[in-house]
Amino acid sequence: MKMIGLVAAATAISVSFASASISADTLSTVKKNGFVKCGVSTGLPGFSNPDDKGKWQGLDVDVCRAVAAATLGDEKKVKYIPLTAKERFTALQSGEIDILSRNTTWTLTRDVSLGLNFAGVNYYDGQGFMVSKSLGVKSAKELDGAAVCIQSGTTTELNLADYFRQHKMKYTPVVFDTSDQTVKGFEAGRCDVLTSDQSQLYALKIKLSKPQNAMVLPEIISKEPLGPVVKQADDKWFNIVKWSLFAMVNAEELGLTSSNIDAKKKAKNPEVKRFVESDGPIAKQLGLNQDWAYQIVKQVGNYGESFDRNVGKNSPLNIDRGVNALWSKGGFMYAPPMR
Amino acid sequence: MPDNKHNLATGNVSFWNDPAKRSLLFQAILFIAVFAVGYIIYQNTQHNLESRGITTGFEFLDAEAGFGIIQSLIPYDETHSYGRTFVVGLLNTILVSALGVFFATILGFLIGIARLSHNWLISRIAAVYIEIFRNIPLLLQIFFWYFAVLRLLPGPRQSLEFSGIAFLNVRGIYLPSPILSEGFGWVLAALVIAVIAIVFIKRWAKKRQNTTGEQFPVFWASLAILIGLPFIVFLISGASLQWEIPELKGFNFRGGLTIIPELSALLIALTIYTAAFIAEIVRSGIESINKGQTEAAHALGINPGKTLQLVIIPQAMRVIIPPLTSQYLNLIKNSSLATAIGYPDLVSVFAGTTLNQTGQAIEVISMTMAVYLTLSLLVSLFMNWYNKRMALVER
Repeated sequence: MKMIGLVAAATAISVSFASASISADTLSTVKKNGFVKCGVSTGLPGFSNPDDKGKWQGLDVDVCRAVAAATLGDEKKVKYIPLTAKERFTALQSGEIDILSRNTTWTLTRDVSLGLNFAGVNYYDGQGFMVSKSLGVKSAKELDGAAVCIQSGTTTELNLADYFRQHKMKYTPVVFDTSDQTVKGFEAGRCDVLTSDQSQLYALKIKLSKPQNAMVLPEIISKEPLGPVVKQADDKWFNIVKWSLFAMVNAEELGLTSSNIDAKKKAKNPEVKRFVESDGPIAKQLGLNQDWAYQIVKQVGNYGESFDRNVGKNSPLNIDRGVNALWSKGGFMYAPPMR
Repeated sequence: MPDNKHNLATGNVSFWNDPAKRSLLFQAILFIAVFAVGYIIYQNTQHNLESRGITTGFEFLDAEAGFGIIQSLIPYDETHSYGRTFVVGLLNTILVSALGVFFATILGFLIGIARLSHNWLISRIAAVYIEIFRNIPLLLQIFFWYFAVLRLLPGPRQSLEFSGIAFLNVRGIYLPSPILSEGFGWVLAALVIAVIAIVFIKRWAKKRQNTTGEQFPVFWASLAILIGLPFIVFLISGASLQWEIPELKGFNFRGGLTIIPELSALLIALTIYTAAFIAEIVRSGIESINKGQTEAAHALGINPGKTLQLVIIPQAMRVIIPPLTSQYLNLIKNSSLATAIGYPDLVSVFAGTTLNQTGQAIEVISMTMAVYLTLSLLVSLFMNWYNKRMALVER
């Protein structure tokens, strides 16, 4: 069935590009459709996961919502398309989705050879290992000969091979299609170790039937900057997605939240004024309404709000802000100024 | 009218009224149209791939793959190329398909014959088997065997042990593997000689039966030679075979031969599912043979087993082979469901991981499709040849 999807997508690339290349302008397509087609994961708590009412929630989902708020003025106008790691790039290349917001690592190969553009980073991550406590392992360097569960088609698969080669250790890769299957394999004892981005490990850990029996090892073996991706050769759309993300980070820096933005709007601070009204010509250059940035913050919130709600202190994951704090607070989150 | 007659006679019909020429023209137009559409699609794809900055071509096959694969029939590690991952995946697909075809055929024939048994219980059990496994989607069956059944096995440290040389746990079946040393060549040679001897014995026995009517127990004699001769040579050449026994070291067993649970689950599911269809094909084949044939054979004093083997099945094969071919093709194509449980077949390794790491969807997918097409055509060619051989020779 996955095969059918891939074949269909490959055929779509070869045939339907005829129409796609004529209307390469994603913004007009989105406006015409009345919704943004957003590629998300098949279910990863904190990043993109449907809640008990079937509504998609998460840090990655908030990027989709922000783009919808900026382009259509309504964060609800998103169509979520769950994709496995293997399917995601083909789906974007063939125009099945407008944005890929699915914990995707920004790498050189992906940036230059897939016909894609990375619009920024919404989570700085690194690959780690989760083991069962009964194994008695304290460090990743003790993992020689272990069976490792991995999700297929990820940078994780490559980093893992590199790490074990570098430390002259052997491993048995057990490769699954979705993170659900990977967790099942780990729980059933098919493998000793589950490897993935650290944030995902915490998310997958709470999916285990006995989370207290598993532990995450201290080693982080790679850099994993995760962020939204768009198709190449559509600079207008690239700019919109990029600046929707920047607007969320800038809003946090300016102290604008979904609850106080209406009050602050009346204040005389020129930076805030520029933010909410976006000075005529800029919005026009972006192809958006005057109040696009205001709509993002009003409807979705700033980056800090999104972080706390989905993965941080107000969520079951309870991940520390760490390097994902603002630059002014010792983190990496730094957005270019909006002027 | 006289004009027309005259034209027909001389072959001087106007172009449009000559059916032969007209059909030739239509063929030519169709050919050009098909070719043109193909060319437009090709051009369009090239243009679009280029304008989107997507890398094209087959150079990626030489690049280092950098990821591991759990099972490979040829030497493979992360330093090998993407081209190598293609071969690894292909061989794994062929392995599971060949084993699946082999076991499904045996099981299918047994169940099919059991379905027609005069024993009420046996035929009902066969019927229940067929109806259950034929009517549940294969993917669910694969999940069932992998996630429900095989998962009940114990972990590596609590493995089930078979006299200290073979082990069974949730990570797979661990068997001792033979280490070949010199002198083992003699044993292989003896095996070849045994096979040649069997062919001669079979011919001789047939000739003797034709002239004298006496039968010779060919099967048992062949079996004795096949096992006995290499074994004697093995003892004479100094018992040159050693076994590497799997040992629990660190996390897992090491050494020996490992059969991964992904392969077992996929093979069990494919075999059981396809066998249900084959059983029905065998049943319909046998039922298509006139009951008179059985009665005639019995009247000649041939026992029921021999009747089935020498009279019924050979005739039924004519009916069985064409649909059986379809089942073999289905099995080969269904093996691509491997990706659901992580068995490293062509679709999982090449159309999955390799495609994702390189992003060259069109190249990878066309190569994958070409493989399945080629495999299917080869099987179908072979089965058609076999069918012709089995066809009833009328004199």
